[in-house]
Amino acid sequence: MSIDSIFVHKMWNDYELSKMVKGGVPFPMLSDAGGKVGTLYGVYDEDAGVETRGRFIIDPDGVIQGYEILTPPVGRNVLETIRQIQAFQHVRKTKGAEATPSGWKPGKATLKPGPDLVGKVWEVWKTKEAFE
Amino acid sequence: MPEELKVGCARPTGGLVGEEPKKEESQEQIIKEKEGRQVVKVGKKASDFIAPAYYKGKFVNVKLSEYLGKWVLLCFYPGDFTFV
Repeated sequence: MSIDSIFVHKMWNDYELSKMVKGGVPFPMLSDAGGKVGTLYGVYDEDAGVETRGRFIIDPDGVIQGYEILTPPVGRNVLETIRQIQAFQHVRKTKGAEATPSGWKPGKATLKPGPDLVGKVWEVWKTKEAFE
Repeated sequence: MPEELKVGCARPTGGLVGEEPKKEESQEQIIKEKEGRQVVKVGKKASDFIAPAYYKGKFVNVKLSEYLGKWVLLCFYPGDFTFV
């Protein structure tokens, strides 16, 4: 979503993005002329008249699980976003019985919060796992 | 002579001449809506909206609440044809 019109979205997709991604952008390119939606989500920069790099993960109940907002010159890390979605999906699947520690990826150990785990995280999770 | 624009990632925009320089807003202030209600909060419902969109060769209207039941990644960016 950006403040550009859908016509400009079409041009950008057809003339540039489709040369980077086969078949073009596979998801809707939304137009927010005037920045009304961006204002609601706290990403519209009134002074510059543009939206900053906001990214919101919304779950199947319509609840915001996470967000990240960057200023324009720095791009996002798509793999980190995907990792977060996978983690939120895992937590949801376990109905909150499991939590994903720092650096968690699918296949790595989760934590099962409860009275027995208090003060024992150091036994089941090592700091280096945050960096793996 | 017109000043040459320094092109960055944000689309250059105009403004009134002789306007008072605006005070920098903190991110916290931006996140709060005009009425002072904080709208973006993790664990809270995402505000619903309808927006026109270009999607697979067609112009469509997208309503966020139509995606209930699915995971949604909503991404904002400064503008088409920007570089990053």
